[in-house]
Amino acid sequence: MNDNSNTIPVSVPVTVITPPQGWQLIDFKELKEYRDLFYFLVWRDIKVRYAQTILGFGWAILQPLIQIVIFTFIFGKVAQIPSDGIPYPLFSTVAIIPWTYMSTAMSTSSQSLVAGQAMLGKVYFPRLLFPVTPVLTHMVDFMISMVLVICVAVYYKVSLSWNIVFLPLFILMMMAVPLAVGLWLSSLSIRFRDVKFAMQFVIRMLMYSAPIVYSASSIPESYRLLYSLNPIVGVIEGFRAVLIGQDIPWQYIVPGMASTAVLLVMGALYFKRTERVVVDVI
Amino acid sequence: MSDKDLAIKVENVSKLFRIGFENATHDTFAETFLSFIKSPLQNYRNYRTLYRFDDMDFEKKQNTDNALWALRDISFTVERGKILGIIGINGAGKSTLLKILARITPPTTGRVEIRGRISSLLEVGTGFHPELTGRENVYLNATILGMRKKEVDEKFDGIVDFSGVEKFLDTPVKRYSSGMRVRLAFAVAAHLEPEILIVDEVLAVGDSAFQKKCINKMQDIGQLGATVMFVSHSMPAITRMCSRALLLEDGYVSKDGQTNEVVNAYLSAGLGTTPERVWDPASAPGDDVVRLRSVRVRSDNGKTLDFVDIRQAVAIDMEYEVLQGGSTLLPNFNIYNEDGTCLFSSLEQDASWKNVPRPAGVYRSTAWIPGNFLSEGTVYIEPAMMTPAPFRPHFLARDAAAFQVFDPGEGDSARGSWGGAMMGVVRPMLKWETQLLSQAVAVHG
Repeated sequence: MNDNSNTIPVSVPVTVITPPQGWQLIDFKELKEYRDLFYFLVWRDIKVRYAQTILGFGWAILQPLIQIVIFTFIFGKVAQIPSDGIPYPLFSTVAIIPWTYMSTAMSTSSQSLVAGQAMLGKVYFPRLLFPVTPVLTHMVDFMISMVLVICVAVYYKVSLSWNIVFLPLFILMMMAVPLAVGLWLSSLSIRFRDVKFAMQFVIRMLMYSAPIVYSASSIPESYRLLYSLNPIVGVIEGFRAVLIGQDIPWQYIVPGMASTAVLLVMGALYFKRTERVVVDVI
Repeated sequence: MSDKDLAIKVENVSKLFRIGFENATHDTFAETFLSFIKSPLQNYRNYRTLYRFDDMDFEKKQNTDNALWALRDISFTVERGKILGIIGINGAGKSTLLKILARITPPTTGRVEIRGRISSLLEVGTGFHPELTGRENVYLNATILGMRKKEVDEKFDGIVDFSGVEKFLDTPVKRYSSGMRVRLAFAVAAHLEPEILIVDEVLAVGDSAFQKKCINKMQDIGQLGATVMFVSHSMPAITRMCSRALLLEDGYVSKDGQTNEVVNAYLSAGLGTTPERVWDPASAPGDDVVRLRSVRVRSDNGKTLDFVDIRQAVAIDMEYEVLQGGSTLLPNFNIYNEDGTCLFSSLEQDASWKNVPRPAGVYRSTAWIPGNFLSEGTVYIEPAMMTPAPFRPHFLARDAAAFQVFDPGEGDSARGSWGGAMMGVVRPMLKWETQLLSQAVAVHG
């Protein structure tokens, strides 16, 4: 028999469940409660990524390295694309490393709800953890591949300037882009599986929308503002400037920051609006 | 009852799902081609309707070709510290109700209030990843279920102990047997210490020793004052654990009350079978002379059996109360198979009571069905009572209880190593004897 003389705590958390209505804000308090789970989800994905491979985290270096070699040959030597006077290998390395992070994180984040549908249907935790987790797990690969940047920079005897202090800012911006994309596309992916197919194609095209293999100065002046609204442009230009020790071309970066902020906020709102019906639509 | 004493309050909750889409068939090539071109638009419209229900009548709540009301106007409350059972056939809406309470899917209408921290166990081993070790999966699963890391650290040794997989804790789970995986997952769940727990038939896994461990653990959780909502198909488990039950039929709450009443409503409506059935004295089959109290299918050592090995002898207990002493009574059983064919009848064979008037009191008569006699399949028991002379029937309880007979195929049942179909409503193991009468002389050409 249950003994109901237990004292009932004065403040009991009351959860009210109603049909989904309108726009909702992110519940940061709830996210804080689940921070242990967030840590384990990130850690799980990291551990599992290279399980049972020989090279393990070596792939984080090998993949971008191969790309750099090929681009240097094709765009640098054969096509002779101008690179602002910077040696082409250096020019492409400092761009490919952040781009690799952004493209893989975008891809994983937008498929995060689809990949986690088994858990979605069986247990509740803030759905926001799904698109946010890949943004963090891919940072491990990013940091490992920074080794490549360091090696190339040392080889070309790069002298850094004081504006290296802006690097964390650009890293943050670099993380914000796939997060925003993931927030928008993850719930869209659940409803329209076309997103997965479109993403493979779009990401390939997106690489050419940013000054990764070419220099931003080749864009005509009149289109520069439009061009810079693409946040990837800002991230790449920022990385390049800071890692080579050149002046930061803020005119390419600030529009991108604004558009990232807008995309993030709207993405979060959109995600919250659709997250509750996500399970019914899988 | 003030709201403060309620752990769960459900008001007018309904849930509507879109199901299937009609694919029109086309007669001409032109039509087929046109519909192929139009299909992106049609697909988009179809996807939009998955969560928009503007075309549905929310008053009448009728199912249509492409929409299904999984739950209709469900309302009930659960007091803190009570255990509520939820029963119903597959498709009645039980899992949907749990998913709404677990916040996995939102209700279409209505409102739910939950006071306290809710933990839901809809599946054993959610989040388990085969590449991670047992230890790592414990942490992962525990945090998925809502525990904090500190909590898991404290309970870790207890969890490992309960599961019995200590030796393999640091090997990847993909190398575990399915039994080990279940035990580990359940060990985590068993250490949840929830305020409110909702459980969906997860006890139907693992071997019987482990199942018993789990049921005991759940009862312990109940003793600690937790509120539990428990969905199950096992009437014995529901009866044992729950003080109150809900019967869901077609999305409605068709009965809400004392467990025995609700379970009887379920069984009387032919919605399920059980190896153990208890009747409320007020509504038990019988008359003023004798009333049936319970029927139970059990093994030698007293264990209630849902599933009976074909080789195993099975005891059928019938408990009845003689209200007016002095009559001679003859308890008997009729045994049927799932086609409704009567396999046999059996009258009481106890010499000490034959033609002896029975004094008032509570009796238990047990009949033994030998092993290697029944055929595979479902067996229904119809307990009955009569006075033989002058003939007077007292009760006949149709489909009172049932059990399943299965052949584990180890070669020592009547079918031996024959894997094919076997005819017959019974399958006795008869004594056979073969002798070689005369050996043929080989003729060489």
